[in-house]
Amino acid sequence: MENSTMIAKVCMLAGKIMLKSGAETYRVEDTMSRIAHAFGLENAQSYATPTGINFSPDSAEATNFMRISKRATDLHKIDEVNTISRNVTAGELSLDEALMRLQDVDKASLSFPGWIQIIAATFVSGSFTIMFGGTWPDFIPACIAGGLGFAGMLAFARLVDTGFIAEFFASFIIGVSAFLFIYYGFGASLNKIIIGAVMPLVPGLHITNAVRDLMAGHLVAGVSKGVEAILTAFAIGAGVAVVFGIF
Amino acid sequence: MTIIEQLITSFIAAAGFGILFNAPRQSLIQCGLIGMFGWILYYMLVDAGMDVVPATIFGAMLVAVLSQIASRVFKTPIIIFNVSGIIPLVPGGIAYDAMRHFVENDYFTAVQLSAKVMLLAGGIAIGLMFSEVANQVIRKIVWKVQGR
Repeated sequence: MENSTMIAKVCMLAGKIMLKSGAETYRVEDTMSRIAHAFGLENAQSYATPTGINFSPDSAEATNFMRISKRATDLHKIDEVNTISRNVTAGELSLDEALMRLQDVDKASLSFPGWIQIIAATFVSGSFTIMFGGTWPDFIPACIAGGLGFAGMLAFARLVDTGFIAEFFASFIIGVSAFLFIYYGFGASLNKIIIGAVMPLVPGLHITNAVRDLMAGHLVAGVSKGVEAILTAFAIGAGVAVVFGIF
Repeated sequence: MTIIEQLITSFIAAAGFGILFNAPRQSLIQCGLIGMFGWILYYMLVDAGMDVVPATIFGAMLVAVLSQIASRVFKTPIIIFNVSGIIPLVPGGIAYDAMRHFVENDYFTAVQLSAKVMLLAGGIAIGLMFSEVANQVIRKIVWKVQGR
């Protein structure tokens, strides 16, 4: 009996890390079921939504529940959990070892430092401007606006807990800086600069993931992720529109 | 010239998003390359006069196939490659544009653009799914042939 509690603990932890790192819900459920199966729970049930996990060791057992409040995209952690789950399925890891390694992954901070992310966002912004048909004079203004916007989002996300506010202010910064660049004759097309610069913020991936979840039959997860993505896009559009309203 | 421009910028965009999504360091280059190939296929198809939605589906299929190969070769889960690889194809710019028109009270353009976003997102999902399905079918056939 104690054993099944332990297995449930391992499965929930694996699911929690994956969901927090932005894995699709069907992948989370699949991983949890595989781990449970590998440890001998033949009939384990798992159900994940973007905001919580349910896991039950057997069909008539008590169900465990865990709330997920913060989500970000962290592919490295998904990779680590995947490796652990593969080792478990191959029978290379015991229950205790698996729990220990998962706890390490959960605590570890594997993300790139903020300044590298800002530099990456800078070049991503400029590149998207060119890809969406901008000209080279737009490259540097888009880079600067995108970098400032992303840095602003990181800063605001630290200050404010309310969702979507950070994206709103970030796109406001992008709008203001793009407008100033054009005003002082630095750059050619306002629209191309803004579109490139907002790309690091835009939830394009979430829209696609939402559709994938819907197609995989995870209707609750798909719809809620889609709404989240629409709200984020709305916040970004509003931030830029405020700038257009002021000037 | 434009092709070279597009190759370089799409590589930077995909690899840069790899950093933003915190992909493992050793797979950033592969992410960038996969994103580059997907985008170039899309770009050339659109350049040749194809509609953007089917072009996106083909681009996403190529990304999915390359990601499958990369995940086998580098023993890394496929999500790492296809998430950064489809980024250039993802309709983020149009989604933003649609929302801007909503906020500016231009509902007519906004609804049109939103419909396009849904179609493009659906196209990417279909492209990714298609190669997964093909992969499953091939694996099952191989498995059956070997089983005999």
